[in-house]
Amino acid sequence: MNALTVLDPQSPQARAIFHLAIVAGIIFAVIFAVVAGMIVYALMRCRWREGEGDPKQVAGNKTVELVWTTIPFLIVVALFVLSWRTMNASDPPPTPEPDIVITGHQWWWEARYPKSGVVTANEIHIPAGTPLSIRLESADVLHEFWVPEIGRKMTTVPGHPNNIWIESDHPQTYLGVCSEFCGTEHAWMHFLVVAETPAEFQAWEQAQLAPAQTPIGASALQGRALFQQTSCMNCHAIKGSLASAGVGPDLTHFASRKILGAGVAANTPENLRRWLTNPQLIKPGVKMPDYKFTESQVTQLTDYIETLK
Amino acid sequence: MSEIAAVLQRTGILSPEEREHWKMAWLSTVDHKRIGILYMMTGLVFFVVGGIEALLIRLQLAVPNSTLLHPDTYNMVFTMHGTTMIFLVAMPVLFGLANYIVPLQIGARDMAFPRLNAYSFWLVPFGGILLHFSFLSGGAPAVGWFAYAPLSETPYSSQSGVDYWALSLLVLGIGSVGANINFIATVLCSRTPQMTLRRLPLFTWMIFVNAFLVILALPVLNAGLVMLLIDRLLHAHFFLVPGGSAIMWQHIFWAFGHPEVYIVAIPAFGLLSEIIPVFSRKPIFGYEFVAGSTVAIAFLSLGVWAHHMFTVGLGHTVDLFFVASSMLIAIPTGVKVLNWSATMIGGRIHFDTPMLFCIAALLQFLLAGLTGVSHAVAPLDWQTKNSYYLVAHFHFVFVGLIVFAILGALHYWVPKMSGRLLSERLGKWSFWLMVIGFNMTFITQHFLGLAGMARRIYTYADLPGWGWMNMVSTVGAFFMAAASLVFVWNLVVSLLFGEKAGNNPWNAWTLEWATTSPPPHENFRALPPITSRRPLWDIANPDRPDPVVGSRGKADQFKPEKNKTSIASFIISESGFFGVLILAFLYYTAIPEAGPNAKGLDVLQTGLFSICLFASSFTIWRAETGLHNNQRRRMIGWLIATIVLGFIFIGGQTFEYWHLFRSGVRVNTNLFTTSFFTLTGFHGLHVCVGLIALLILLGLAVAGDSKKRPWPALVAVGLYWHFVDVVWVFVLSVVYILPRFL
Repeated sequence: MNALTVLDPQSPQARAIFHLAIVAGIIFAVIFAVVAGMIVYALMRCRWREGEGDPKQVAGNKTVELVWTTIPFLIVVALFVLSWRTMNASDPPPTPEPDIVITGHQWWWEARYPKSGVVTANEIHIPAGTPLSIRLESADVLHEFWVPEIGRKMTTVPGHPNNIWIESDHPQTYLGVCSEFCGTEHAWMHFLVVAETPAEFQAWEQAQLAPAQTPIGASALQGRALFQQTSCMNCHAIKGSLASAGVGPDLTHFASRKILGAGVAANTPENLRRWLTNPQLIKPGVKMPDYKFTESQVTQLTDYIETLK
Repeated sequence: MSEIAAVLQRTGILSPEEREHWKMAWLSTVDHKRIGILYMMTGLVFFVVGGIEALLIRLQLAVPNSTLLHPDTYNMVFTMHGTTMIFLVAMPVLFGLANYIVPLQIGARDMAFPRLNAYSFWLVPFGGILLHFSFLSGGAPAVGWFAYAPLSETPYSSQSGVDYWALSLLVLGIGSVGANINFIATVLCSRTPQMTLRRLPLFTWMIFVNAFLVILALPVLNAGLVMLLIDRLLHAHFFLVPGGSAIMWQHIFWAFGHPEVYIVAIPAFGLLSEIIPVFSRKPIFGYEFVAGSTVAIAFLSLGVWAHHMFTVGLGHTVDLFFVASSMLIAIPTGVKVLNWSATMIGGRIHFDTPMLFCIAALLQFLLAGLTGVSHAVAPLDWQTKNSYYLVAHFHFVFVGLIVFAILGALHYWVPKMSGRLLSERLGKWSFWLMVIGFNMTFITQHFLGLAGMARRIYTYADLPGWGWMNMVSTVGAFFMAAASLVFVWNLVVSLLFGEKAGNNPWNAWTLEWATTSPPPHENFRALPPITSRRPLWDIANPDRPDPVVGSRGKADQFKPEKNKTSIASFIISESGFFGVLILAFLYYTAIPEAGPNAKGLDVLQTGLFSICLFASSFTIWRAETGLHNNQRRRMIGWLIATIVLGFIFIGGQTFEYWHLFRSGVRVNTNLFTTSFFTLTGFHGLHVCVGLIALLILLGLAVAGDSKKRPWPALVAVGLYWHFVDVVWVFVLSVVYILPRFL
């Protein structure tokens, strides 16, 4: 998995920004060197020594002022033109029909693929090598979608859909985060972007479209019954079962995902047990309350949910 | 407690006859020097609070997956840290320095309005207490210092923390406007005659320019806070969907918020412009350019706010406008940096503590300015926004420039205030601890941001490099804490045992060094002649005085009457407030929503009442003419007419409200009614305030106060009253007439 850095671009959009950063970085470094050099020169050469009087009183020089107003102005003009070009390259206009609609919730991400009908959470699969148009929405407060390696960040604003492009040169998994403060669990609003070969992506999409299978085994079946009888189904959807609510993440293929609780833990059966026992201990403030399930209920639910591949 | 009195007396800030009632002497003071010290002491107290919050943040982030603080606690801590450091530390300390120094630098006996000065100051501690009271009310705000809607709205922050936050910022905002109206009036009206505008010391000049920025920007925040409170307390939805707009809050907040950055930076520029020349033993290089670039910065800073919003989706066109304006501001800022550097070149630099802090501030600000330009380049901001790279950038401005400049200034001017020198040895200790700690803490954070660390996360996974970089940053923060302790220790020790400073320990050149340390009540026994920008240089170097800075005729001798000046400044300030409300009305009434709209208002009825209000502008003008012609009875008659017309207007507005209320219209019925009641209601409130002022005037006139001519109170209230009428011209056009044609 790639590690969330802006210095390792993996898409044409991110690379456009990175190249501008290099150019701007060189300009800034030169300016810093020149001005800091002036200051350090003064500090070294213009020290007062015991017994010296005051130096010649120079109060200014209009030519010098003109020069150091003009040069920065030219730099600014150059940077402006570069910014303009990079804006177009890294953030082209959106298509009318987005490939993925991503909705920020307190504190998880929902991803809907309007063309195929796939709905998932916190794990966004994309085919490598293809630019995808993403629409960003919010279900509650501001969030911000940021995967530094593959594109710009963009806020999700309630009532104001935004659009960006993401793309990955090659198959790879990226970590993404929410970068706009959004309340208690802003820190754990991670997600994964999984870039796959087009064939793998299609296979994934097909698998995601399938409804959940009826589980095998008494414990898992009891878990499903429990899921459908208790508050679980007030918030979650599992296609192929009675649960169809859209408040929390869709769990139809939960067990196929790599992270739990929007990145707070790896999605392992042990972590799922801990989560079901009391989610508030793992992710304090998360909207899912502590249902105080008994040990055996937790086992049944875990067994059921682990079948949701 | 008599020890404190003894210490205060020893340090010269308490006269012997005040020893018995020293607490009252300070609580009730209207002396600008004492108020300045009170401001700074208040700032110091809140600096301790905000500093402890900073250390808590750094302790929590020292290691990955930390569980030291509950997430909600962490969110409260960083919200309070930001709010405290900006509104209760940076602003009070800078205003305090200005309060102390500006009247001295211009040869004035005090601020133009000593009681307004005391009032403005006391709003700071009370605003601060109000803010911190939220801890007792179920929790401090946990929304970040810019309280982005809709997180700051009731559905997502249901406890009263945000209400306390908004109320306290309103209180502090009013105090800031009061203080800065006072700075404007002081600089313009209380200068000693020889201190022409072109001879002003740069610190005073920058405080003067900055004051305009304060009185323009703070009311914008006040308008936004009022709207947020109406949302929260009266269940409206300015910033909530459906209908309202979260982005509107960002526009309003940053239209204040970016000027605010300069509001605390420009005084720091002024400090560097004072101290660097003195310790380089040369005049400032390019005085006119340093002074002029300040004006340019102040102007431009009003038009750059949306560079805080490059990632909310305003579109490339809007983004590009703000890319351009934000980059332009780098030019006057760069001019300043280069002039400070050029001042040092060819000088004989004395490396005393004040200068050390200023050199560090200059170099750190150079870096902060360059990372600032990188944020103005929108595509780069699309990556680094809201990351620790941004956190590092603005701490380089707020701490690297402003705190360092303040520390330099305190080492420079405390000897003037107390009459005793600070210890150079301790000063250098605190300087080096501060430089090392600051750069450890914040240089590291640039790299953390590039490594993808988002701001405001209460903990983080153990990603490559994050753990050790955060640990370095935390250790650096404790170096800064140590530096602060050494500084406070230095202050205490010097107050008690410091060497006597004498009038002018640094051989500086501005007027504050021409009086005793500390200066006597009303500051000067006699003023030296002033023919240039460095009067004390001219005295010390009669063989090579500075060239005479002449007067360019009337504009430079400009010395307006102080009551008129202050009321004019107040009107500028209020225009900002009403400007936001009027723009908000236009924006919100364009959003179609069910329920009442502007077309349902009774134009004819309001038109009739409006005529009364407009007529009252005429009557108050007649009253002024009466005063001018010494016809007292006539003046009183016209005053009464004005008051009656004002009351008719308010009666009309009340009737209109009552009528609407009876037909079921409430503040929160829809966006039209919310913005209608907000705009007309605040106008009505201003009319009521005007009526109270007029009634007081009437009482004074009857009692005979108006016998002294000219009677500035009538002129001032008259100006205010005309302003209220002019605002109503806009409100009437926008609310009642314009919708008819749409």
